[in-house]
Amino acid sequence: MTNMTEVYRPIGGRLLTRHFYFLAVLVLIGAYFTLRRFIFGIGDVSNLSDGFPWGIWITYDVVSGTAIACGGYAMALLVYIFNRGQFHAMIRVALLASAFGYTLAGASILVDVGRYWQLYNVFLPQYMNLNSVMLEVALCVTLYTLVLWIEFSPAILEAMRAKRALRFVRHALFFFIGLGILLPTMHQSSLGSLLIIAGHKVHPLWQTPIIPLLFLITAIAMGYGIVVFESLYAAVNLGRRLETDLLSRIGAIIPWLLSVYLIIRLGELAISGDSVYLWQPGLEPWLFITEIALFLYAIWILFDAKKRQRPTQLFWSALAVVLAGTLYRFDAFLIAYNPGPGWHYFPAVGEMMITLAIIAFEVMAYLFFVKKTPILAADS
Amino acid sequence: MNAARDPASIEIGPRLADQLALRGVSRRGFMQFALGLTAAMGLPFGMSQQVLAAIEDTTGRPAVIWLHFQECTGCTESLLRATHPTVESLILDLISLDYSETLLAAAGHQAEQALADSIERNKGRFILVIEGSVPMRDGGIYCKVAGKTPQQMLHEIAPHAAAVVAIGSCASWGGVQSAAPNPTGAVGIPEALQREGITRTDGAALPVITLPGCPASPYNLLSTVLYYLTLQKLPALDAKGRPLFAYGRLIHDNCERRPHFDAGRFAEQFGDDGHRQGWCLYKLGCKGPETHANCPAIEFGDVGGNTWPVGIGHPCFGCTEQGVGFHKALHEQAEVESVTPPAFFPEVFAEHPGGATLAGAAVAGAIGGGALVYAVSAGQKLKAAEAAESSAAAESEAR
Repeated sequence: MTNMTEVYRPIGGRLLTRHFYFLAVLVLIGAYFTLRRFIFGIGDVSNLSDGFPWGIWITYDVVSGTAIACGGYAMALLVYIFNRGQFHAMIRVALLASAFGYTLAGASILVDVGRYWQLYNVFLPQYMNLNSVMLEVALCVTLYTLVLWIEFSPAILEAMRAKRALRFVRHALFFFIGLGILLPTMHQSSLGSLLIIAGHKVHPLWQTPIIPLLFLITAIAMGYGIVVFESLYAAVNLGRRLETDLLSRIGAIIPWLLSVYLIIRLGELAISGDSVYLWQPGLEPWLFITEIALFLYAIWILFDAKKRQRPTQLFWSALAVVLAGTLYRFDAFLIAYNPGPGWHYFPAVGEMMITLAIIAFEVMAYLFFVKKTPILAADS
Repeated sequence: MNAARDPASIEIGPRLADQLALRGVSRRGFMQFALGLTAAMGLPFGMSQQVLAAIEDTTGRPAVIWLHFQECTGCTESLLRATHPTVESLILDLISLDYSETLLAAAGHQAEQALADSIERNKGRFILVIEGSVPMRDGGIYCKVAGKTPQQMLHEIAPHAAAVVAIGSCASWGGVQSAAPNPTGAVGIPEALQREGITRTDGAALPVITLPGCPASPYNLLSTVLYYLTLQKLPALDAKGRPLFAYGRLIHDNCERRPHFDAGRFAEQFGDDGHRQGWCLYKLGCKGPETHANCPAIEFGDVGGNTWPVGIGHPCFGCTEQGVGFHKALHEQAEVESVTPPAFFPEVFAEHPGGATLAGAAVAGAIGGGALVYAVSAGQKLKAAEAAESSAAAESEAR
């Protein structure tokens, strides 16, 4: 591997900006609703019901949230599996976002699960049901969250100047990097498998036995998308140099993934005959078309080497990938999900505020870490 | 199947298929039965074929001697009167039940001769099933069969057994007779063997499996026997000698009313609103939280549709647990062994239509709008940065 000696530096600057306070207010509002949830129950703050036991907490915080947090996984694939050392400079910031995404996804489970005090049973071997997809997701996500923090720990240890611990971690890191690639491959596909069990409740345009593969591919694409988006967004807002060259090379991977995804997805629809549902009235075909349009837009921009070199084009196409992947998950889990007559779901205010607080907290933590610890590669 | 074999080697009956046909049991029904028992034993489904083979193999059946001490014969009754008794009694037939005071056709000296013959023939190989407790007071004179006390019978028979199965709460730990004031000094078989100092003839400890329950679930006996026939070893036992596959978990853990417990929905009196709604019976004295048994999983009496004590609205009285059944008052509240729910209980039902509200739509719109504003402003800044970069590049080129 080349160029493994890049220097990471805290970027410094004032932490308590106007935006930071705004985010803090959002977190406080979310904390208020979280408190209500634990005192008065889930029904008090959410619109969850027996028909829709999974609302935005699962669909956004867990399913989309961990896919968006696949930046660390996607970059690790690139750097360690495909041996592209030139991207190593970006791995820490990608890992940071992943660590937060996964930790908060896990934390949001605590809010979402009705009998949260029973959650520890998941980890007791004698109670495990080894045929359960849910068990696989639960264990895998927990383990991966730990692995992410271990992978990320050198940054914290460097900031703490804990030289001995750092040396120790560096020796063991290769093992955790391996795990860090294996585990998301397992659970990102399992998140899709969860839907297979839902059967006909999921609209036929989304329901397919190969949904695990589709979830895995989009999760990786979203991982690269978020790395590009985040880097550009952070660069303009934190006043750093644009890394357009590196980003365009990462961006170049996305259209290949998306093309494979689209071929599999559309091919499966054609073979299974479910494509007839495209011509039926209702919202679902439009949602489907929106997803595909967003994916096609990203493919169109990112396949073009010239367009790929322009930061604005990169920015919007990366955002389109993340949005399309998120919409895909929302459609499959919520919008095109029909538990039967009489059930309706639109997230309640409290529910949305809790999710928003989680996102706000992630951004606050991101700002804290990049300003105070060596995450971003030093501008040369 | 075994028609060509030496008839002497087949201790019980002709071919299994004939017996099934005779009793009107379809092959399919028989397979389902075997599968169910495989699951009850906690064995993987892949082993059902082995279990099936073990049932079908009519050679090498262990001889079983079934003794009755201080008891009510409820365990035998529940075993014989299960809903598909054809299959159950078939299993009973297939184990070579050489001596059972309830089922023997013979009587008197003839019966006792059968017992002596069987012991002689199967020394060290038969399974001794004991139903009922042993009266330790006054040398056990409160219970006599053929003029012998349980102690005498144990001394005579037990050392030659391969293993002892103590069926029912009486045999396991004393049962109802051991309740205060315990006039006969009743104890279970494990304790009686220990106090009498009874071991196998070779001096090794006698393995004792206890299957408490009042009556014991017939499936737990069948599963234990089948486990032995299939794997040729005894199942894993807990500290009280109970097979872990049946008694490994608290009733509370698998109870269908458990969510009501966790959500704080309790029946406060028999027949009150909560009781009619099927809420948790803990406050009525249900001993589920401190009693280990598989009743909620396999139910009881084979009627289906939630028919087991808690399922039909009666609190569990803890019959499988020493020190609980017949010892604690029915209304007494159980010690909760596992996690207790939080002190705050939310409302039972949160009424909400689930659809979009004005406030919800407004917040969703605000979030979406806010995100858009952030994205567009970042886009604008990027555009400016891009323009600056390209003009700088043009300038450096111009030089």
